[in-house]
Amino acid sequence: MMQLVLTVTAVVLSLAAAGAIIRIAIGPSLLDRVLAADVLLAIFGAALCIDMAVNRHLNNLMLLVALSIIGFVGSVTVARFVADRRESVRES
Amino acid sequence: MNPETLLGDTVIDAVSAVFMVVGALMSLGAAIGLLRFPDLMSRMHAATKPQVLGLFLLLFALGLQLRTWWAWPVLVVAWLFQLLTVPVSAHMVGRAGYRTKHLHPELLSSDELEAVVQQAAGKRGFDDENPAGFNPDDAGSPDRRGRLDGGPGAGSA
Amino acid sequence: MSRKRVSLRQELPLLVWLVIVWGALWQNFSPGNLLFGALIAVVVARLFYLPPVELGGRFNVLRAVPFAFIFLAKVVAASFQVLSLAVVRGPLVISAVVAVPLRSHSDLLVTATGHVISLIPGSLVVEVDRSTSTLYIHGVNIRSPEDAAKLRQEVRDTEAGLIRIMGTKDELSALKQEVGA
Repeated sequence: MMQLVLTVTAVVLSLAAAGAIIRIAIGPSLLDRVLAADVLLAIFGAALCIDMAVNRHLNNLMLLVALSIIGFVGSVTVARFVADRRESVRES
Repeated sequence: MNPETLLGDTVIDAVSAVFMVVGALMSLGAAIGLLRFPDLMSRMHAATKPQVLGLFLLLFALGLQLRTWWAWPVLVVAWLFQLLTVPVSAHMVGRAGYRTKHLHPELLSSDELEAVVQQAAGKRGFDDENPAGFNPDDAGSPDRRGRLDGGPGAGSA
Repeated sequence: MSRKRVSLRQELPLLVWLVIVWGALWQNFSPGNLLFGALIAVVVARLFYLPPVELGGRFNVLRAVPFAFIFLAKVVAASFQVLSLAVVRGPLVISAVVAVPLRSHSDLLVTATGHVISLIPGSLVVEVDRSTSTLYIHGVNIRSPEDAAKLRQEVRDTEAGLIRIMGTKDELSALKQEVGA
């Protein structure tokens, strides 16, 4: 049964990753792309989780936490940067 | 392995299988939302939040599969980290999106922040850190005034 | 350095939390490991000083547990709602930015309310006005003033729940008065 679950989730997550990558490619603005990249990271995290559950180990858990922290720091930094740049454009 | 634990194993396996599939579907939902919603803000709703439930379900399935009690605390901590970080990054991106005019006004039924920002901007120029930091006695909407319960410090900060 | 002295009682929740995280990360809750974790927690809390979070001095576990379950149920329900919204309505969705003035003026409660609201799909804190403790919330699928009122009511209910869990006594009595009136 686990093999079936693995197949189904692999297909679903691949579709999701494809969607996120399409949004990264066409996203009209930087923030859209950041958001989509965040989703892509979350999809990687989900894949790591499923790997751990199917193979019954915990080796990826720290990777998972690190992944979510990277996503957090990345999107916060970019959000800050975008805000600052537009602000200076407005003022000049 | 004796029969009764075998039955329990099957039930646990089935539950975790369902959780894993639903958790993966949450990721797919985020991707669908990313592609189908019209503007940045509504995309954010679809993108960040279903992941919270998705990761919860996946970690729960993982905990069920591992069948050891010492795995649960670290799973809970991993989920709590996500609970703490997701709203912050979503707020930062959303705030940046609002300030850089990523909203499409035609897709909003009402925007109660707009009037406040206008008023604050007109009053003393645009203040980066606190665009809405103004005296509430000057607020435009009567609705907002009516709901403030006038506690200590209301409007005096 | 002119840092305010933090009492042990104020610091205790943080230390306990750090020890629990330590034990969870090592996946080992043996007394020796926890003791070492406590030592590191004290050193970290002393070295990397942060202004303490001012707790209200009470925490109602009996209220917290149902609140957590209701929160989880709301997250599940709203996740599927947003999912169906994405599939069915898609590009035609209408949203709104709603101002919600909160009762409490403590930073902790405003932050906690914002977090809970942000975690429930369909609403997102765009801006916080700290001086009036007003949250500006972007809600998805808000088509009419009635929907906006519903969202506002939900936020205020969430805040009421949080006040019942960990608000100060003043806030609690103010809340009781408001409900009674």
